[in-house]
Amino acid sequence: MVQNIIDVRNLSKSFNVSSKEPGLKGTIKHFFRRQTKSLKIIKDISFEINEGEIVGFLGANGAGKTTILKMLCGLIYPSEGSILVSGYLPFRRKENFLKNITLIMGQKQQLIWDLPPIESFYLNASIYGLDKFEAKKRIKKLSEMLEIDEELFIPVRKLSLGQRMKSELLAALIHEPNILFLDEPTLGLDINAQRNLRKFLHKYNKDTNATICLTSHYMKDITSLCKRVICVHEGKISYDGKLDLLLKKLSPVKEILIVCRSEEDAIKLEKSGFTVKNKIKNEITIKIENNSITSSLKTILNTFDIEDLFINEPPIDEVIGKVLIKKDYDI
Amino acid sequence: MNLRKYLKVYKKFIHTSLASELEYKTNILVDLVTAILSLIGSIFLLSIFFQNNGYIGGWEFEQALIIQAIYTILNGITNTWFNPNLTEIVKHIREGTLDFVLLKPIDSQFFISLKKLNPSGFLEIMLGILLLFFCIRINQINLNLSFLTLSLITISCSICILYSLWFFISTSTIWFVKTWNAIEVLRSFLYIGRFPLNSFSLSLRIFFSIFIPIAFITTIPSEVFLGDSQLWKILLEVIVATLFLITSRKFWLFALKFYSSASS
Repeated sequence: MVQNIIDVRNLSKSFNVSSKEPGLKGTIKHFFRRQTKSLKIIKDISFEINEGEIVGFLGANGAGKTTILKMLCGLIYPSEGSILVSGYLPFRRKENFLKNITLIMGQKQQLIWDLPPIESFYLNASIYGLDKFEAKKRIKKLSEMLEIDEELFIPVRKLSLGQRMKSELLAALIHEPNILFLDEPTLGLDINAQRNLRKFLHKYNKDTNATICLTSHYMKDITSLCKRVICVHEGKISYDGKLDLLLKKLSPVKEILIVCRSEEDAIKLEKSGFTVKNKIKNEITIKIENNSITSSLKTILNTFDIEDLFINEPPIDEVIGKVLIKKDYDI
Repeated sequence: MNLRKYLKVYKKFIHTSLASELEYKTNILVDLVTAILSLIGSIFLLSIFFQNNGYIGGWEFEQALIIQAIYTILNGITNTWFNPNLTEIVKHIREGTLDFVLLKPIDSQFFISLKKLNPSGFLEIMLGILLLFFCIRINQINLNLSFLTLSLITISCSICILYSLWFFISTSTIWFVKTWNAIEVLRSFLYIGRFPLNSFSLSLRIFFSIFIPIAFITTIPSEVFLGDSQLWKILLEVIVATLFLITSRKFWLFALKFYSSASS
């Protein structure tokens, strides 16, 4: 039976922030009389996440994604509302709760800079109460999954960003947590390193049924890992549901470039009632709604003499980009 | 608290710190030379003060050397544990890496106070102990059990006070973000601990006893070594150290409620 592992109800978070006017006068004024105001970063959000789910949090910079992740793992106290993660109140940071979770941040590192990663792994193992034998077994298993070997014995400062990120993952997963909070884990990695990381996360989720909450600005991370996304806009949830439904909603039509055998066929096709975007000689681009693509293409292929055709998917970044600026999606 | 687990983790802390520091051999060598030169300089400075007058605040040069020895031991402890760890708290808070500490199933105060260790501070501790033994000899101090117990208690209390003061300032970074200056001021005040408390005016004596208890840190242990200790003073030091330690703990737990983590 699928169980709710994360339960968030009417969660809000406010921070006190100070503002400063520009210039020397503003600086002096700011020094002597600092004006602070309370900013509500997260506004009354509720959602549930099931065990084993991979959920992507989408939103523009400053939308509140990281704040939500940090409240879920217990780093930040919520101002209002309730959070239950694995049956625990995260901000109490009970030992058993902490043994169940991990946080990986693409832009921050926990490895000891001057030492090989293996030293940090054994340190973490002792903190999580693992004996040497068990730690060795887990390091071997994870390093095989992450495809790292010699890197374990090279000082962290001499590793590439990709190798460092893999080692960070190993350090964060040595206690085999069943909830992973990942804040932009692929930040700054090259395409191959990103792909390897995604492959690993997918395998880890499949092998251990771990729940993964992920934020990323790389849409490929979201599309290849998450079936469900939660879109955050100015501290509120603008969409919570399946990613493919959202994509269909945001991009209801596809563009199809059809190369006809002759210009006459192209003219006939232009007049056949399809929405034409443009026509150049025997090449014609038409727009077809997602739900009628199969039947429309069947008609076209049966009626006209077609040499070739291309279905153009709109770039995913462009489609998701719309999410980041819109307040609400009613699917 | 699982003591065995904490001991095991501390063993790992020592191992990783030593391994990190040994990566930079020259730096260790420079630190060692600095520690020796610093001690020679301090004794030289002290001897200048005593050159014209045999006494300062009722203390002879040989007696004042005890304060210098205790100061050197405490400074060694500061350089071995407090400096590498407690200055790091400021960095952890500013850069948001405290997140990793707070998410470990281990006491966060233990972790941030003891994770690092600077081995070059050990030499200072050794030099301080050697100087202390030298002082015991020249001052003809009788080494008996009660003397050893009292000196151990007072020095331990001094370490607790010093740690708590430093930890208190570092923790306040959660609100003030930058507290380097406050730590520098504290270090400057600690230099005062090299001189007998009686050598200062009454107002300064009150200030260094009540507001910043530097007096407790070196003078009271030194009085034990000279056999001039008074029980009420030792009791007072124990009470002050306990209060400081408890307050630092409570303050840390209170401050964590305001930790907002750095933005990503």
